[in-house]
Amino acid sequence: MVGVFGDIPWAVVLILLPLTGGMICFLWPGMAKLAGAVTAIAVSLSVAGLGCQLLAHGVYHHAVGGWGAPLGIDLTADGLSLLMLATTALVGLGITVYSLAYFHGEDMVRFWPLWLFLLAALNALFLAADIFNLYVTLELIGLAAVALAAMPGGRDALSGAMRYLLTTLLGSLAYLFGVALLYHGFGSADIAILAVRVESSAVVWAALGLMGAGLLLKTALFPLHFWLPPAHASAPAPVSALLSALVVKASFYILLRLWLTIFNSLAGEVDELFGLLGAAAIIWGSIQALRQPRLKLLVAYSTVAQIGYLFIAFPLAAGAAASVWGATAYLAISHALAKAAMFLAAGNLLHFGGHDRIIDMDRVVQRLPLTAGAFALAGVSIMGLPPSGGFIGKWLLLEAAVIQGRWDLAAVMILGGLLAAAYVFKVLGYAFTAASVSHEPQFVSARMEWSALLLASGAILLGFLAPSVLSLVDIGSPFGIMEVRP
Amino acid sequence: MNLDPWVPILVIASSLLPGLIIFSLAENSVRLRTGLNLTGALLNLVLVGWMLWGVYLGHRYEARLALLPDLELVLLADTLSLLFITLSAVLWLVTTVYAIGYLKGSPHRSRFFGFFSLCVTSTAGVSLAGNLITFLLFYELLTLATYPLIMHHGTEVARRAGRSYLVYTIFGGALLLLGTVWLYTLTGTLEFTPRGLLNGMGEEHRPALRAIFALLIAGLGVKAALVPLHGWLPQAMVAPAPVSALLHAVAVVKAGAFGIVRIVYEVFGVEFAAGLGVTAPLAWLAATTIIYGSLRALFQDDLKRMLAFSTVSQVSYITLGVAIVGPVATIGGMVHLVHQGFMKITLFLCAGNLAETLGVHKISEMNGVGRRMPWTMAAFTVGAFGMIGAPPVAGFISKWYLGLGALEAGQGWVIFVLAGSSLLTASYFLPVLHAVWFREPPVCWPKEHHFGLRETAWALLLPPLATAVMALGAGLLAAMPFSPLNWAKLIAAREFYLP
Repeated sequence: MVGVFGDIPWAVVLILLPLTGGMICFLWPGMAKLAGAVTAIAVSLSVAGLGCQLLAHGVYHHAVGGWGAPLGIDLTADGLSLLMLATTALVGLGITVYSLAYFHGEDMVRFWPLWLFLLAALNALFLAADIFNLYVTLELIGLAAVALAAMPGGRDALSGAMRYLLTTLLGSLAYLFGVALLYHGFGSADIAILAVRVESSAVVWAALGLMGAGLLLKTALFPLHFWLPPAHASAPAPVSALLSALVVKASFYILLRLWLTIFNSLAGEVDELFGLLGAAAIIWGSIQALRQPRLKLLVAYSTVAQIGYLFIAFPLAAGAAASVWGATAYLAISHALAKAAMFLAAGNLLHFGGHDRIIDMDRVVQRLPLTAGAFALAGVSIMGLPPSGGFIGKWLLLEAAVIQGRWDLAAVMILGGLLAAAYVFKVLGYAFTAASVSHEPQFVSARMEWSALLLASGAILLGFLAPSVLSLVDIGSPFGIMEVRP
Repeated sequence: MNLDPWVPILVIASSLLPGLIIFSLAENSVRLRTGLNLTGALLNLVLVGWMLWGVYLGHRYEARLALLPDLELVLLADTLSLLFITLSAVLWLVTTVYAIGYLKGSPHRSRFFGFFSLCVTSTAGVSLAGNLITFLLFYELLTLATYPLIMHHGTEVARRAGRSYLVYTIFGGALLLLGTVWLYTLTGTLEFTPRGLLNGMGEEHRPALRAIFALLIAGLGVKAALVPLHGWLPQAMVAPAPVSALLHAVAVVKAGAFGIVRIVYEVFGVEFAAGLGVTAPLAWLAATTIIYGSLRALFQDDLKRMLAFSTVSQVSYITLGVAIVGPVATIGGMVHLVHQGFMKITLFLCAGNLAETLGVHKISEMNGVGRRMPWTMAAFTVGAFGMIGAPPVAGFISKWYLGLGALEAGQGWVIFVLAGSSLLTASYFLPVLHAVWFREPPVCWPKEHHFGLRETAWALLLPPLATAVMALGAGLLAAMPFSPLNWAKLIAAREFYLP
């Protein structure tokens, strides 16, 4: 039994499964819900299968069709890939359950194929072993995401989606230029080969600049975040959750990979810049979140702020690489769970009350206690209060900042937590005030409430799983190379 | 199999699980909810009693869970944690009974009792925390669990109070977090250690350690209501009476004071802290708070608000006892943690009875109320005399030991603070007592409910009577084994000072 399962190339399954599911949804819309649900569950199980392989044999390589590195397509997975795949599968499962109840009619027909294609592209991205495949998957993710964001079709959604489309194309184009430069200069697109061959030169710096800028734009790091709030806020709730929780993490993942391998010998100056922008993102995003009159915009700006935390790690990594990058990965997955839960909860409130004006929330929040609970638990992780995944990540980063005497970064992190508390409680404060309902509320199904609550509980649960998760990430020591950096 | 590690976990679970189940109960399943509440509270009490006996005999109850690769969550029952958790277990039972009666028929009771149980869970966690990070975790959880209780009425005033509470406590939590991280980077451990974990730290770390001390005390001082961080406490009295009672007697302010005890004795070590020169400013801060709180209480007409300022003043006795370096004063501060709890909960429950039964909220409305509600006001009187420090109520014992300890440590100025505070306390409580017992009652009360021949419902009357008896008993029977005083002596001998 174990032998048979151990031999299955789970990495390939992880890409083919959602791809097939997506096609079924597209060809037979009547089966869309069933296919979506089955695919989401099967993908989660396949990630578990891949995890077993990794635990047993270490880093996983698969040459598709038997063609090896310079020519064929390689798939590879280490602890970091596994972590991202697992997060994608779990968050995806939650969002799938939610979407089963959320979408009906036309929307349902559009949503399922796009979501499953997106899932296939995300999985392929986390498994890709060369920078060109990363480009292909990145472009696929961008297109699927834009189509999803445009689904509601209204003026807001279309203009938001249009901005999103242009930025995402621009971002991937810049990235592609960088890929071309590197391929031309060093004769390979394979990350492992490039990491050995690349040395400081004008071409490499140009590639670094182009790829970095493109990925920053797609990750929405301040001040390149302008496209994110309208696109994330105007999409339907499950789509907002996908975009904020998973899609921005994909481009961040590529950036992190490149920085840890190809550019790791020459990125010293840029690290400081990233740290500065990250700090600015935390402050600016949080303040903007606090000022928003609409709930979904508040949550979207909170994403802008939380992305900042991921970049705080860059200037700190020189001192304590493994722990700092571990913390960053931890923050990324905690944010994925928490932010998905928060957007789904916001979707419930919007659905129930027919609006998402924060000042009128008192008519809504106290009538949906499970949703309010989901929002609160997700908020705990976003604020970085214990016990939660957000706390673990923040604690490790704070520790590194204090050890290295980076009081500026420590202060920004603390301040960001305070501001996050301010905007989370701005919403939760309405959970306790009594107000009469002035309209006919829309029914919110139990599945929609529970999927939000379970995702949020996942973010809390991460607060207790740090030792095992961090040791899992260390398979193949994705952060190990940083240690030798002078 | 060794069951000892499971006991502290069960203590946490005995309030956490009922709390989580209660959240899911429908509003009208009163019997199930009441059953869960009382079962949890009784089980909690039994388990704590078991640990009390075990620790007395020298057992060690300790449970560990890895939180980070090199940092653990630790639940540990030592003599100090038992002092606090016994108080919380006893008063939780009393307050639960009271709350069931108090909230009869009001809306959102499942939510209320759910958070009420979470609040007790956090308090239990704060007392059982075996290292600073575990403490921090439950300390923050306490903030989150009490916020909905303060907001419970859902009025505009309640919302303002809740917001103010959050602003103070989240800010305090951030300072505490920063201090904790900083400390960890210097020491590499956060375990609470008898006589402190910093012995052997080099000279070059002294400025950093002073800053850490300031951060930690500021973070804890918010909940302990040290001036000028006390602003949230008087506002928070808009909460329902059982919440105020729990907040002022056990949960929030005590968590802060208890944290200060842990920091001074088991993180810094009291001799080391004195060497750093940080205990003297802390003593002055506590003394200022004691006088300031009493002065403000003098000018209040709202009864609960007066009691809130009285809490500001009284809780700082604990900090004062800690900051006067010396075993006897420590015993005084330690025992006041329990004594103040008994007395203040009595006062708040009585205030709740007045509001519920007669609609009396103000001191100016209390004329002659002793004739209408003699039992309630008798309990109130016991609490008030205890606060003043009159023998034989428990408050006297605390003050006696504080005074003796101050003299022993050569800090005579503390006697003046104690005397001044007693005078002030007497001057805001005695007029109330005079009005209650000797003035003519008004023709009709603001909003009277009748309970037949009784002065009020049993569930409202018995809890304050019970706590008043405890306040008296802790004073009269202070020499008995297992009295709060003897337990405090045991702590001082085992944990704080070398014999």
